[in-house]
Amino acid sequence: MGALETATEAGRPGLPDLFTGFLKIGLMGFGGVGPVARHIIVAERNWLDDRAYAELMGICQALPGANTVNAAVMLGDRFRGAAGALTCVFALMAMPLLSLVALANIYDAVSGHPLAQVALTGAAASAAGLILGTAARLMAKAGLARWAWLMAAAAFLAVGVLRLPMLPSLLVLVPLGLAAASLGARRL
Amino acid sequence: MERGVLGQLVVTFGTISLMAIGGANAVVPEIHRQIVEILGWMDAPTFARLFAIAQTAPGPNVMLASIVGWHVAGTGGLLVATAAMLLPSSVLALVCSRGLRRFGDNRIVRVVTLALVPIALGLMLASGAVAALAADAGLFGFAITAATAFVTYRSKVNPLVPMAAGTAVYVAAWSAGLL
Repeated sequence: MGALETATEAGRPGLPDLFTGFLKIGLMGFGGVGPVARHIIVAERNWLDDRAYAELMGICQALPGANTVNAAVMLGDRFRGAAGALTCVFALMAMPLLSLVALANIYDAVSGHPLAQVALTGAAASAAGLILGTAARLMAKAGLARWAWLMAAAAFLAVGVLRLPMLPSLLVLVPLGLAAASLGARRL
Repeated sequence: MERGVLGQLVVTFGTISLMAIGGANAVVPEIHRQIVEILGWMDAPTFARLFAIAQTAPGPNVMLASIVGWHVAGTGGLLVATAAMLLPSSVLALVCSRGLRRFGDNRIVRVVTLALVPIALGLMLASGAVAALAADAGLFGFAITAATAFVTYRSKVNPLVPMAAGTAVYVAAWSAGLL
């Protein structure tokens, strides 16, 4: 059975419990919500055990959108239906959006200042490095097969170098990937 | 606030939402292409700066959409862009979650994940490359990008640390008249 069948027997959490849990995930996730989400969902609230959490994240990865948002939707729906899903997503996004508004207002206030311009340019260069480094780390850990390396390279080339529009790129890449993956999976 | 701008935010981020394999960090090139190149709502350096601000805020990485919406249409734009970015992918997650509960077929999930992970990783690299070029920070900026990437790759330190360090070094170099 999937992740959605195997919660620990702590009982179904209510809407207030879901709300505070995901509020905390959103609030504490400075520099990435992944580790915080696991801590709260598995260790603190006992909503899922480790295996169920891993399965849930596996499904979330296979879907578009941020993993944590998808996890909020699925857990909320599982425990409390559509209202639960809405509660979890709202709770997850509330504090980050408030901090973003605060940051955006600071940006507005200072962006005309030369020193702030320089700092923002430096921050932009650093943020790009953050993404590149994270991608490199995930690639090194992913244990990709040769065809998978080719798919990654093709995606990078199409969207990052040739700057092709994403929709047609995906319409070519995703079926190719699915074909290669199902051939590979049969061999496993 | 123009109604046309809000409608365009819905269309742009609503479609990007369903392309965001692995989250918003995969669709930076597409957001850049639409917002900067097609709609011309901001220049590339502004886009790169908003991207940096979205990275500093806590929370899931969909907030690049939020801050782009805020920049072009204020608080209304922020709410509309965020909702447009969240809704389609969340509805899909809801439908899949219920479908999987019924069929419990993990083989499909495994094959889809196997297929999408390498594409998502390639797209994430592309996002970093597009953001680095958009930052327009010169040769020294590329050095900062490379150094931040290296530290992020090698250590498990909170990403805000290399980001703050990179910014500080860049500002110091500018103050010293090196840029």
